[in-house]
Amino acid sequence: MITSFLVKSLDRTIAVAVAILLLLAVIVPALNLLTAPDHPLHVPTYMVSLFGKYLTYALLALALDLVWGFCGILSLGHAAFFALGGYAMGMYLMRQIGARGSYGNPLLPDFMVFLNWKELPWFWYGFDMFWFAALMVILVPGLVAFVFGWFAFRSRVNGVYLSIITQAMTYALLLAFFRNDMGFGGNNGLTDFKDILGFNIQADGTRAALFAASALALAGSLVVTSGIVGSKFGKVLVALRDAESRTRFLGYRVEHMKLFAFTVSAMMAGIAGALYVPQVGIINPGEFAPANSIEVVIWTAVGGRGTLIGPIVGAILVNGGKSIFTAAFPEFWLFALGGLFVLVTLFLPKGVVGTAQHHLARRRQARAAARKEDEQTDLEDAKPMAAE
Amino acid sequence: MYRIIQTVLAMLFLFAAMPQGLRAAEGLRNLVNALGEAKLSAMDEHIAALAKTGEPEVVAILDALGAGNLYARKTDGQVFLTKESGSNLALIDPISGESAGETPKAAMSKIKVNNSVRRAVRAALGGLTLLSPDRAQRLKAAQSVLQTPDVDALDAVENALVAEKDEAVRTVLEQARAAMLLASDRPIEEKKEAVRLLRENGGREALPVLSAALGSAENGLEQDIEAAIASIEQAQEFWNAGQNVWYGLSLGSVLLLAAIGLAITFGVMGIINMAHGEMVMLGAYTTFLVQDVVRTSFPHLFEWSLAIALPLAFLFTGTVGLVLERGVIRFLYGRPLETLLATWGISLILQQSVRTIFGPTNREVGNPFWMSGAFEPGGLTITWNRLWIIVFALAVFAALLFLLKKTPMGLQMRAVTQNRRMASSMGIRTPLVDALTFALGSGIAGIAGVALSQIDNVSPNLGQGYIIDSFMVVVFGGVGNLWGTLVGAFSLGILNKFLEPYAGAVLGKILVLVLIILFIQKRPRGLFALKGRAVEA
Repeated sequence: MITSFLVKSLDRTIAVAVAILLLLAVIVPALNLLTAPDHPLHVPTYMVSLFGKYLTYALLALALDLVWGFCGILSLGHAAFFALGGYAMGMYLMRQIGARGSYGNPLLPDFMVFLNWKELPWFWYGFDMFWFAALMVILVPGLVAFVFGWFAFRSRVNGVYLSIITQAMTYALLLAFFRNDMGFGGNNGLTDFKDILGFNIQADGTRAALFAASALALAGSLVVTSGIVGSKFGKVLVALRDAESRTRFLGYRVEHMKLFAFTVSAMMAGIAGALYVPQVGIINPGEFAPANSIEVVIWTAVGGRGTLIGPIVGAILVNGGKSIFTAAFPEFWLFALGGLFVLVTLFLPKGVVGTAQHHLARRRQARAAARKEDEQTDLEDAKPMAAE
Repeated sequence: MYRIIQTVLAMLFLFAAMPQGLRAAEGLRNLVNALGEAKLSAMDEHIAALAKTGEPEVVAILDALGAGNLYARKTDGQVFLTKESGSNLALIDPISGESAGETPKAAMSKIKVNNSVRRAVRAALGGLTLLSPDRAQRLKAAQSVLQTPDVDALDAVENALVAEKDEAVRTVLEQARAAMLLASDRPIEEKKEAVRLLRENGGREALPVLSAALGSAENGLEQDIEAAIASIEQAQEFWNAGQNVWYGLSLGSVLLLAAIGLAITFGVMGIINMAHGEMVMLGAYTTFLVQDVVRTSFPHLFEWSLAIALPLAFLFTGTVGLVLERGVIRFLYGRPLETLLATWGISLILQQSVRTIFGPTNREVGNPFWMSGAFEPGGLTITWNRLWIIVFALAVFAALLFLLKKTPMGLQMRAVTQNRRMASSMGIRTPLVDALTFALGSGIAGIAGVALSQIDNVSPNLGQGYIIDSFMVVVFGGVGNLWGTLVGAFSLGILNKFLEPYAGAVLGKILVLVLIILFIQKRPRGLFALKGRAVEA
């Protein structure tokens, strides 16, 4: 069954994409670590971190694409799952600081000492162990998505209503995480990380490893989503995206299917967040801002929703553009982003990849049709000869 | 004590020997000079004696004493008011108020004061200013006496009460008198009367007075005081609840203003306009521009600046809305999720444009005089700007309702939203109606911006703060129903303000969001759901 899942998931484009990602996971760290800084092929460490960050964004966009592109759920709160995963990782990294914080308290993170807390809150227990934190990275966003989705899909909240309440969800979380009493560092969030799994988080080697981990996670998620989408279950997902009532009338438990897709997607977003935090070195409540979630939507839209490669391309394109724009013309970036929203929805509803695929398919069709015509004319040419 | 008797005796002798006017002045001078020799522990009595004379000069003397500016000359014990003058002291005669030259500091000894002396000075001053001809000063004195009731000032207060004509000052004085009575050794009947008076007038100030009296109350009075405290606390709770309702109404009116335009574009037309908040922001900036022009060119029109800004904001944001609808949104009808994204993009562009033109900082929009200040009916505090905004929100609501229900334009709007093709066959130009409806919704957001500029910071981010809340209001109230928006806005506003004292502002807001999310589970189509065919359309 697993082999069939793998075979189905690895159609040609996905296989190529996964191969590229795996290659990147090896080559980029190698170029960073093994070449001299003045070598023409050397990749500087900041580039490694920057592209590592893009890869986690791509993973987030892929997660959104699973629910939006294949299930019709436009979640305006996906950055919340990303941030939850990030916080889980951030808590592990905080616990790793130990007595090296500026207050030197071996147990409590700095901000708790600052707030005059005497004991570690219960929800911080266990985060000193990596396996536990890694589990929480997946479980917490998954659980939140499960509970939220269970309520929402069961009572058939869909379309724009669902979008708006997902936005309200991330807004509520934003407000909650801003509170100092929550025990997540309030306004400042979690930062000043020292090391991860015993390796210095600033070291080139760790950065390269984190990049490789991001590429591997993205490749793995691509295989999983492609497997889901390519399976019979995936076909039904697309059916319910296009005609929910009809699918329900055919006897499918639409709510359960949506809930499954939503939860899996949230878990992927959580993993993305967990890989993001050690690479940028901070997680704060700003990540919950509704604007962030909507930005994820535009990455997916630019790349092309409903294609699995699209969101990855979109996330890297838009964020690359953002990095260049905000450095060169900081004033101009929001105009560009806003314009992107309008232009893509008006003129490129399928996104870059979707449109390209569409054109390719048309050309192939046209060629096939032409060939058929040729054969037919050949036949017709042949006929009279036979009649003679 | 001995020294006082001595002084008093000396005074008596002097009194007998002097003509009337001079005698009073001389008596006063002796009393003042006595301050110079008095011990700290005896100062209270001296101050009281001074205050009892009721002479107008005493106020300045006591002021100087309290401030530590009263010095005695070492050579003859004469007491002077002083002023620092380089290393010397400028002397002022305490009675005549005339300058009496300068002396080096070393020749004078400062009359020492401690806290108990200062308290005595304050109480004495309170008693003196109670008789001041200036009403404001009397009121202030009465209030200060009420805040620190002192049995010794009882006589002064009673004297003042006899002379007092002003109602407001009288009320405060009576309360002060009652408070002092409770601490004094007057008969129990009078005290009971005082408790009754305090209970009737109530107010926050009476509570500490009563609870202080409770500790030292004799039998028979305790129950009275306890009952009075309970009654006042109950009244306080009532007024607090009232104040919360008021805050809630005020917040509700803000939500209503922000959401009512959305109720048209989202509720009636089904367009998700994420740039709605930016329309509000544009309206606020229009107000800023109008005030800027008025300030520089027509300063006498400033009180009318809001009235001028209203139609301009409506026209401006309406036009922006019209351009948006024709330029972008009409291509996206029937694709709500895409509309959401495109209008979000527009909101980013509008925000950044305003930021580029006006800068990222807050702009100041002034309040005309009729929007500033507050009044206090009963235990409430009601600010004028909040009151006007409630009135304004309701007026806008009523006007919109009238427009939709009673005018041909409204009829066409409703016809197009209910059945586009049928309306079109009947000869209604549906694209025009679409454009006008969207422009109307945007224009209303603009005039909401004019009102909100009075209570919120006018910055490029103004709109973002409202967008989620106003969507919540529309969704909670029920899409496609203006009354739902009204009820939704006010109930969310009041709910928010009642949760705030228990949960804090942020947690209260989170709770409201969670409650709405749960509510949508129960009633996915809101409080006032549309029924019938329109639902599925």
